Amino acid sequence: MATDNRPLSPHLQVYRPQLTSVLSILHRGTGIALSAGTLLLVWWLIAAATGPTAFDTAQGFIGSILGRILLFGWTFALFYHLCNGIRHLVWDSGKGFELGTAYASGWLVVIAASVLTVICWIAGYAV
Amino acid sequence: MAEFSLPKNSKPVEGKEWPKPDGAKNVKTFKIYRWSPDDGQNPRIDTYHLDLDDCGPMVLDALIKIKNEVDSTLTFRRSCREGVCGSCAMNIDGANTLACTKYITDAKGDVKIYPLPHQRVIKDLVPDQTHFFAQYREIEPWLKTDTPAPERERLQTPEDRAKIDGLWECVLCACCSTSCPSYWWNEDRYLGPAILLQAYRWLADSRDEATGERLDRLEDPFRLYRCHTIMNCTKTCPKHLNPAKAIAEIKKMMVERRL
Repeated sequence: MATDNRPLSPHLQVYRPQLTSVLSILHRGTGIALSAGTLLLVWWLIAAATGPTAFDTAQGFIGSILGRILLFGWTFALFYHLCNGIRHLVWDSGKGFELGTAYASGWLVVIAASVLTVICWIAGYAV
Repeated sequence: MAEFSLPKNSKPVEGKEWPKPDGAKNVKTFKIYRWSPDDGQNPRIDTYHLDLDDCGPMVLDALIKIKNEVDSTLTFRRSCREGVCGSCAMNIDGANTLACTKYITDAKGDVKIYPLPHQRVIKDLVPDQTHFFAQYREIEPWLKTDTPAPERERLQTPEDRAKIDGLWECVLCACCSTSCPSYWWNEDRYLGPAILLQAYRWLADSRDEATGERLDRLEDPFRLYRCHTIMNCTKTCPKHLNPAKAIAEIKKMMVERRL
């Protein structure tokens, strides 16, 4: 019987997104975003070490609307990755695996990351 | 490297729409994945309509009714029709489960039915499970002992026996493994949640004497550690078991034996 022409059954195309998988891929995504964000931080630091003109350019970009949107995204990425990282640490101890607990901790991480992001920005503008 | 899209020969196309039942008031539409090895065509999605007033309540009842009364070429696995054999595992309404324990009315709108995800299809809803069971064999799922056999059974305290509750109930339907994105991308080397839960079933058994050897065989970046605690497995298990927790227990044993 010929078997090499067998099709691969649909996977991502048909599997319903759910909190378990969405938060997992978000953890991966925020991790990548944070790595990319580090480059911006490096650029900013190098600019500061280079001189006032270079620093003004960097500062100008970071302070622009686009810069602030990116910074807001990175703030959320940082807090989400941090909070979900703690969730993973708890899992590594063998706890929190009941489905109800995992869903509760998932929502808690989303809410905590959002609240921390907003607090961070309020504090940033207040000082 | 993970392939996120389907190969060209695997992309489903719109299929045939079968006639609606005459005079039915309570009609439900089923969209079912079809593929035949005989005609060289791509998979297609056929549409069937059933009168729910004249059909059993479960998705498997609907499939059997279609096969008996509408389209006898529809191919699927089934046996016990009560959730103990694991044969009728498939992707229903976007998640893997057993057709025999899934209510038709649980699906809002049309009932979409696909084979278990990211598997080679033999025909229609029947995936090739050769690799899955080869992986099962790899964990040597039997009691391994060095001590001489006692005159009677090897005894176990009720407390030790309780440690394999939530593990022995697994029917190896493969719903969990084929719900796991990590298994989709690495199934050649990652054992997947079902097989790892089975592996833990023997690790957790007080009568088994091969714990160290079993852990040695699992200690591998792929076999065990491709689990990233996504938890699709636990979410989808039709027996309400917890493969994610079983895998976490294996990872803990890996750490603890070093301390």
